[in-house]
Amino acid sequence: MKVAGTMLICLLLLMPAFAGAGDAVYGYPIDNSYAATILGTPKGLRPDFHGDVPVKTMVLETDRDKPEFFFYDRGLRYTVAFQNRKAPLIFLIAGTGGSSRSRYVLALMANLYHAGFHVIALPSPTFPNFIIDASTTHIPGNLSDDAVDLYRVMEKIWDQSKGRIEVSDFFLAGYSLGGTEAAFVAKLDEERKVFDFRRVLMLNPAVSLYNSVSRIEGLLDRIPGGPRRIGAFYNGVMAEVTDFYHKGDFVAIDDDFLFEGYKAQLLNQDEAGGVIAVSFRIGSAGMIFASDVMTHGGYVVPKNRNLKNSDSLDDYFWTSLHLSFLDYFNEYFFPYFRNRRPTLTKEKLLEELSLRSIESFLATSAKIGVITNEDDFILAPGELDYLRRVFGPRLKVYPCGGHLGNLEYRDNMAFLIDRLRSSTW
Amino acid sequence: MYGNAIKLIFKTVLVLFLSGCAAGRAYLPDDVPPMHTVREFSDDEHVSRTRDPWEGFNRSMYKFNYEADRFVLLPVVAGYEKAVPRFARTGVSNFFTNIREVQTFYNCILQAKGKKSVKTLGRFLTNSTIGIGGLFDPATAFGWRRENEDFDRTLETWGVGTGPYLVLPILGPNTARSAGGFAVDGGVRWAIMNAIDPFGGTGARTEIEAGITALETVDLRSRESFRYYDSDYPFEYYMVRYLFSQERELAIIR
Repeated sequence: MKVAGTMLICLLLLMPAFAGAGDAVYGYPIDNSYAATILGTPKGLRPDFHGDVPVKTMVLETDRDKPEFFFYDRGLRYTVAFQNRKAPLIFLIAGTGGSSRSRYVLALMANLYHAGFHVIALPSPTFPNFIIDASTTHIPGNLSDDAVDLYRVMEKIWDQSKGRIEVSDFFLAGYSLGGTEAAFVAKLDEERKVFDFRRVLMLNPAVSLYNSVSRIEGLLDRIPGGPRRIGAFYNGVMAEVTDFYHKGDFVAIDDDFLFEGYKAQLLNQDEAGGVIAVSFRIGSAGMIFASDVMTHGGYVVPKNRNLKNSDSLDDYFWTSLHLSFLDYFNEYFFPYFRNRRPTLTKEKLLEELSLRSIESFLATSAKIGVITNEDDFILAPGELDYLRRVFGPRLKVYPCGGHLGNLEYRDNMAFLIDRLRSSTW
Repeated sequence: MYGNAIKLIFKTVLVLFLSGCAAGRAYLPDDVPPMHTVREFSDDEHVSRTRDPWEGFNRSMYKFNYEADRFVLLPVVAGYEKAVPRFARTGVSNFFTNIREVQTFYNCILQAKGKKSVKTLGRFLTNSTIGIGGLFDPATAFGWRRENEDFDRTLETWGVGTGPYLVLPILGPNTARSAGGFAVDGGVRWAIMNAIDPFGGTGARTEIEAGITALETVDLRSRESFRYYDSDYPFEYYMVRYLFSQERELAIIR
């Protein structure tokens, strides 16, 4: 079986570049945007390096009173990989719902460590641990508030790490929502100058948070029965996958298995989109629930309820899974901020949740660059052109890769590291 | 010392059990109703088919296991991994895995799986002799893949249903049937040990046997990378329960 898997990847390598005439040299092999997003980069096409990365998860203690229900949460967990000599330090911000040990954080961490960086990775402000321990409002999604929280956390972690590492310069990078947040953090740093970042990289960022989330949520309109039937859809996909697993001679649910599934066109385009949207919903369910418990917001959990560990959360889980991020925005998020600022309109808030609100800073700050893909479906029509206009030569667009699918591809990784090091774009 | 620990575990389990199996419900009569409740979404097909009537107990046990890990097992495992070199730990793992071949063997027979039972017997004899009492695993090098059978799987082939989900102390996710299966396999092992009585002449039989059980527990824990609540996901309990049933399904149809 191993041999067959390897052969399959070789075949993928031998396939002509799908990317179109202009970029025939770009070798990332998956031209389908959803498939690329799900599968990522085949192992053999990732950078090849030897030696261990000293990855360590640390806790930033927060002495905040938290509900007894979150007894297991003993502070904000972040992840580091430190060099034992003087080196540049890079902060990483995870994407929506991601911890500091998510797949892409660890991939970036390993590559940047091997390129000679100290690395400190932070969870996304939408990750329950961050909502509980580091968010001032406990209501994630407001980019400028989240940037303030991120910046405070970064300062505290830097205080904790100072004695142990020697740092030459500071860098910052984030992917997906974390990329958008990196821009807001960079703007804050421009005023406060605690780190005075040399370079800031936004990897597959959202331009407008609302647009991107609408596009991901929109993928559920194309599954049978629509967004209200995600349970039935999920069961259907799992049945297909299980059946495929049993018919083939697979030993594990691993890369080989996934690529075989891709080759056999196990999922059609709508199903692949649905899988992406459902995994997004799983993350957002945790976010909605954690936020609601922390604020006693009465959104999915009764306001006056003090949850105990032995309480069943099944109904809250099911409810949160079926609420879209747009429900969260309209029914929970917007009312909260309008309460604090009575003149706030929905349009104004949408504008604030977009790179457009800091456009003049982005257009003039030579340290910030963007890397994304032509077929990244989280960008609404016109947004790629917007990025081209604002960032000019500081934007790199790959012809394919979907949303983050090509992040680990060796050319992408080499380019990304080169952009961090070089003084020009 | 070890006996006391077992007593403590049993007492805790008993207290948790008596404190009620039913989990606290999502909506109580004097609650202020939240904006959205599960009733709005009852028309969708549920994903988990695992029956979990003892959820309150299971959730408490889940927490108990987290604490047991945190204060007892994981520190011991860390010490073990630090003090004992890797090749020796591999030897220990091989040794216990070899003993479990006995369990696989009689369960293969109970399930009338002739080929597998012969293969398992061959593995056991090879590893016990050439592999020096099971410390090494030459059988795998000869290309005989290890089979895994237990009394739970035997009950499965006899048509016994899984029963409800059950989180056991230390052992973690199970079903009522797999818990029963575990008890039967444990009983058989005890009976065999009693019959052979390898430590009978030492005068410290109980202590040696307790030490071996402790070592086996530490070995098992050190090979399992799962950590309770490590995902920081508030619905982790359900994810684990789902993955547990899914993994069994994938394994069983094989």
